[in-house]
Amino acid sequence: MEALGWWGVPLAVLGGAIRGSTPFLFVSLGECLTEKSGRINLGLEGTLVMGAMSGYGVSYLTGSPWLGVLVAGTCGMVLGAVHASICARPRVNDIAVGIALMLFGLGLAFYLGKPFIQPNAPRLPAIPFGWWSESPQVRAALEVNVLFLIGAVLAPGLLWALYNTRWGLAIRAVGDNADAARTMGYAVDRVRLLGTVAGGFLAGIGGSFLSLYYPGSWNEAISSGQGLMAVALVIFARWDPLLCLFAALLFGGAGALGPALQSVGITSGYYLFNAAPYVLTLLLMIATSSTQRTLKGAPSELSVTK
Amino acid sequence: MIPGHCGISRRAVLKMMAAAGASTATVSQWPRRASSASRLVVGAAYVGPKDDYGWNQGHAQGVTAVKKIDGVKVVEEENVPETVQVQKTMESMISLDGASLIFATSFGYWEHMLKVAAKYPKVQFLHGGPTVWKEGMPTNAGSYNGFIDEAQYIAGIVAGYTSKTGKFGFVGAKPYPASLRNINSFTLGARTVNPKAMTQVIFTGDWVLPVKEAEAVNSLADQGIDVVTCHVDSPKVVIETAEKRGIFSSGYHVNQSTLAPKGYLTGAEWNWEKVYTDYVNWLRDGKSWPHMRRGGLRAGIVRNAPYGPAVSEKARKQADDAKAKFTDGSFVIYKGPMKDNTGKTVIPAGKSYDATDIWLESMDWLVDGVRGSTRS
Repeated sequence: MEALGWWGVPLAVLGGAIRGSTPFLFVSLGECLTEKSGRINLGLEGTLVMGAMSGYGVSYLTGSPWLGVLVAGTCGMVLGAVHASICARPRVNDIAVGIALMLFGLGLAFYLGKPFIQPNAPRLPAIPFGWWSESPQVRAALEVNVLFLIGAVLAPGLLWALYNTRWGLAIRAVGDNADAARTMGYAVDRVRLLGTVAGGFLAGIGGSFLSLYYPGSWNEAISSGQGLMAVALVIFARWDPLLCLFAALLFGGAGALGPALQSVGITSGYYLFNAAPYVLTLLLMIATSSTQRTLKGAPSELSVTK
Repeated sequence: MIPGHCGISRRAVLKMMAAAGASTATVSQWPRRASSASRLVVGAAYVGPKDDYGWNQGHAQGVTAVKKIDGVKVVEEENVPETVQVQKTMESMISLDGASLIFATSFGYWEHMLKVAAKYPKVQFLHGGPTVWKEGMPTNAGSYNGFIDEAQYIAGIVAGYTSKTGKFGFVGAKPYPASLRNINSFTLGARTVNPKAMTQVIFTGDWVLPVKEAEAVNSLADQGIDVVTCHVDSPKVVIETAEKRGIFSSGYHVNQSTLAPKGYLTGAEWNWEKVYTDYVNWLRDGKSWPHMRRGGLRAGIVRNAPYGPAVSEKARKQADDAKAKFTDGSFVIYKGPMKDNTGKTVIPAGKSYDATDIWLESMDWLVDGVRGSTRS
């Protein structure tokens, strides 16, 4: 393999964006849907890890990674349903329930996942989009997993659906003004239940990507907080699914920056480079915030914006 | 961790002072047990899961060996944070399970272990890591550590023979002395085969960061590096990613050859099985023991994983010859003249540091041939 030199940095960031963005993308799309319906589900970090564990476990037990992905999504749906059912009770704080479910999801995944740390499960395949290139580095960077493609199509699809379908209208109506939605005849709690369950499904799938594709291994530190970051990313993306895609790519690519710079000899300041995405987030938040109005696109039923 | 701030009772302080005054010897006596038939309870605390293909699994393998000894009962706790939590874990092992020997297997447990040791003078406390026991510390405490860099030196020889590019990658967590020593020894071993060999270091910033570790291996592979080794808590992701990229890997902590059947060359491993079994046997026989136990290939505290299929006969032979020199004690890695990678002489000609030398445990330089920096 020829050395790439400085070209390795943009290539690593591109490859990292494709490889590392999928969990961010799925969790943030799921959370976007949930928040659009007027609830925050902070438990998605737990859902992500639960998805990673169940996906890996099922893939190992049945030999089919795709079945693992499906089960991971189903686990996410169950956790989402628990969140929505508890929050449908009067005077329940969705943020507190979310934190409780996050800890529950993590604990359950660690407990049930013990026997799956050692075994080797079949992983998800990749599509070699770099076939045209002679360079093994480019080919490696352009190995794309189908889940990423699904997510990339899902983002504009969700945006379109939110603003152009009856379902989308129902979710936005419930999220913007529950009382008005109720007079229009929408069952507020049921819409939110479906929004949270669908969000959990997506987050569970994001988890299965972590364990079944990249980094492709189940252990207790597999997420290292990516689920929480993805929830914050939704605010950063202003509740816009398409912006979620770009934000996820940004965070994924930024994760590759620190190691890539060191590999070409920029050896100091790696803590700073690792913090780059957060600094960028803060700057963008400051630049786009205003004292005159609430955040554009923010569902007004959210407990944090009310 | 700053000791002294979390309420030590007056009694504990008096006890510590008494212990400090009473002991002048560097060797202490195990308390002789009334009868050898009584059951011995051994407690072990791990910082992560004990099947992590890494640091914790290495210690858990040692504890598993102890379990097989007749009349020994083991209590274990995983995922114990390096905070006051580990003190609670140790106290519960002592008070509830009756543990009389505690293995504290993570670096950050040291200060906590000393506090608990002062409180329970009849229980023996052992810390796995490069920590230094000094006069005045509780006499029922001690530490054990292996010179695993000797095994890394052997792995470097194997890597030097196998590599086509002469470029190696090292994924580290932090520029911590033991990691730097591994990087240096690996590079020095590789340079005996290929004097132009180069090791590129990438620090991820913490002990367990799977995504960063995978990115690091990908970046190294992009730069034409064809052998990767590491010093992170769980090398699983590093080894698997290297195999995926079609490059060679050299393991660390425990045997990871099943994760990379094609590319796994060898690995530097701990042999805590021997160390832990020794301690338990000494305790039962009432033998004296050193407060600081150190050793490398010669003492059998570290070892190399069996060679992988990609390792040539010639490489095996030179690696085995080097191993034999370590075993008969005729070889020293850190011998002058030696320069660091900024061109400064760190070991003058004629001077050499034996593996046991404490100076090596505070290493803060990278040897000539390493690309990387000790600054964060």
